[in-house]
Amino acid sequence: MSFNRRRLLGLEELTGEEIDLILNTAESMKEIFTRQVKKVPTLRGKTIINLFYEPSTRTKSSFDLAGKRLSADMMSLSISMSSVVKGESLVDTAKTLEAMGAEAVIIRHGIPGTPKLLAETIDAAVLNAGDGAHEHPTQGLLDMYTIREKRGKIAGETVLIVGDIKHSRVAKSNIWGLKKLGAEVRVAGPPTLIPPEIEKMGVEVYYDLEEALVGVDVVNILRIQLERQEGGFLPSLREYTELYGMNQERLQLANDGVTVMHPGPMNRGIEIAPEVAYGEESVITDQIPNGVAVRMALLYLLTGGEQIEETTN
Amino acid sequence: MKKLLIKEGRVIDPVNGVDEQLDILIAEGEVVQIAAQIEDQEAEIIEANNKVVTPGLIDMHAHFREPGFEHKETIKTGSESAVAGGFTSVACMPNTDPVVDNASVVESILNRAAEAKVNLFPIGSITKDLAGEELAEIGFMRKSGIVAISDDGETVMNSQLMKSALEYVQAFDLPVITHCEDQSLVGEGVVNEGYYSTVTGLEPIPAVAEDIIVARDIKLAELTNTHLHIAHVSTKGAVELIKAAKQRGVSVTAEVTPHHLALTDEAITTFDTSTKVNPPLRSAEDVAALKEALAEGTIDAIATDHAPHAWEEKDVGYDNAPFGISGLETALSVLITELVQPGLLSWSQLVEKLTVKPADILGLDKGRLEVGAVADVTVIDPEFEYTVDVDKFYSKGKNSPFAGRTLTGKAVTTIVDGELVMKDGQVL
Repeated sequence: MSFNRRRLLGLEELTGEEIDLILNTAESMKEIFTRQVKKVPTLRGKTIINLFYEPSTRTKSSFDLAGKRLSADMMSLSISMSSVVKGESLVDTAKTLEAMGAEAVIIRHGIPGTPKLLAETIDAAVLNAGDGAHEHPTQGLLDMYTIREKRGKIAGETVLIVGDIKHSRVAKSNIWGLKKLGAEVRVAGPPTLIPPEIEKMGVEVYYDLEEALVGVDVVNILRIQLERQEGGFLPSLREYTELYGMNQERLQLANDGVTVMHPGPMNRGIEIAPEVAYGEESVITDQIPNGVAVRMALLYLLTGGEQIEETTN
Repeated sequence: MKKLLIKEGRVIDPVNGVDEQLDILIAEGEVVQIAAQIEDQEAEIIEANNKVVTPGLIDMHAHFREPGFEHKETIKTGSESAVAGGFTSVACMPNTDPVVDNASVVESILNRAAEAKVNLFPIGSITKDLAGEELAEIGFMRKSGIVAISDDGETVMNSQLMKSALEYVQAFDLPVITHCEDQSLVGEGVVNEGYYSTVTGLEPIPAVAEDIIVARDIKLAELTNTHLHIAHVSTKGAVELIKAAKQRGVSVTAEVTPHHLALTDEAITTFDTSTKVNPPLRSAEDVAALKEALAEGTIDAIATDHAPHAWEEKDVGYDNAPFGISGLETALSVLITELVQPGLLSWSQLVEKLTVKPADILGLDKGRLEVGAVADVTVIDPEFEYTVDVDKFYSKGKNSPFAGRTLTGKAVTTIVDGELVMKDGQVL
């Protein structure tokens, strides 16, 4: 099958076949990492822009590296929300970037739906790098890639996502994608951080982490934000750790050989105990190169790059 | 002034129980004759065969933005938008700049409105500068011509002050129109709380934010025995509270907007900012309750909450866009398509909710088609099918979630004070 999209706004809009194609393409990309020269000329001469309206270290550098490994000309723009208020609108910024000849724009924004607004404004390819609490499709895909790589399959696996589901775009993209590929998905967290009617997305909801862990193959632990305490969602992080923190003892409740993931950055000692983060079940460091591979695959598929060269050495 | 003779229309006048083919003769701004066959050589003939002829439509809730926000709408463009949509009278909310919280602003609006094509009735604010802290000069504004008071867009969160407002207006026989939202529950919310806020990640506003203030204000109206009118009811919970209050004999009336009847919160999944409105588009269950409440009379009137915004203000991210829908030019068509055609509302019920009901709530001597009445008349083509083109709106606000929709039924002629102001969709 072919990939005929010029934009990726979320995993909700993709079919299972399209997700498989992206993951398979990412596998070819990852092979490049084993070469001596970790770079192919696939997107040579193409300009790709990282347009980040929220601070980001890992996602932005991951996209940057992905573009560079495909020989694209990468440009990063970090715009603080405060300057947006006085400055030009997103629509005007986008048109400017397109006039500069950008083939693709990668956008991160705090407001849900902003990548769609951008895609409706410009002809360049648009890739959502996270929009508010809506979706973070490349994180969802890299998590799925990691599960597939580690466990050999996604269909039939039981995946538990733990933490602040309400404010998490990572959770949303994971749920859409995993369900499309036939996984069972559970979410666990304090009731104040589980959004209404999330069951309709096809997940099981748990307020008791230990109950949720029984029979689980993969645990994906989300970062808890300190602001949730101020927002009245949590009494204290100390209590959160007591109720929802992942430690070695709790992990024993899951299936043998459970896989532990975290999208980062971690609050070690809060949502995840250090021994779990760096334990033998953890694939957290594998998620990083997988993120680069998945983003290379998407940049390639969305901009219609040339064929990937076979290994020549 | 030229005489007008409306020929062979299906005349619907709910007050007088009329629904039959009749002719109407208009002279000197008044209805002078209603009969089966009228001949008049001097009159300009308006052919209304296969059309519906009704008392001029009354919108009791609109925003004309003048003074202060003329880039969004003016009294002139708002009036043109109104008559294009078949409305002959419009009550305008006070959230202008300056706020309509004193007599001089009321007078300045009425002066500007003298040249407008539509009858304009200003609504004064409840509190100074809509700040919810001190009562506005309601007595002075009443003298200058306001027809109601409201802090629309804001809820008077201080219950003592709201109680005081309801007590104070008893001296003037003015309804208090309340915008019901518990601000602490609204927070930064932009859409209805439910499945669609979950999947879009947009900040939710729970339906109980509305229910809680509806309950509070009904209790205060019951205590003070004052006429309370609830603006843009959008939840099932509010409907139940209003129904129970009416059964107890509380002096409460309510309105609903066409968009809350025609759209559910599923519309927000497009992230189209024209779906961003306050109160937010609600669940299918709420919409079903609103339709039922309208049909059984729990909800008295339909009002547009016409809220025009400039294109550049809406062409931004969802959170940053202002709330509001430009509604005057689609209201009637949406209501015919969504309520009358499926048989949820009879023609007579629809006309009642757009004419005599809002007139009675605001104390206007309008909404009737009888000899001696002021000649405000709307002629509707019930079969006219068209696709909504916002670029053709007379309103400056092109922010419509109905853009591109095919609708059936449209006002084709509008007569205000005996003068033909709109014909075949063209404002004259």
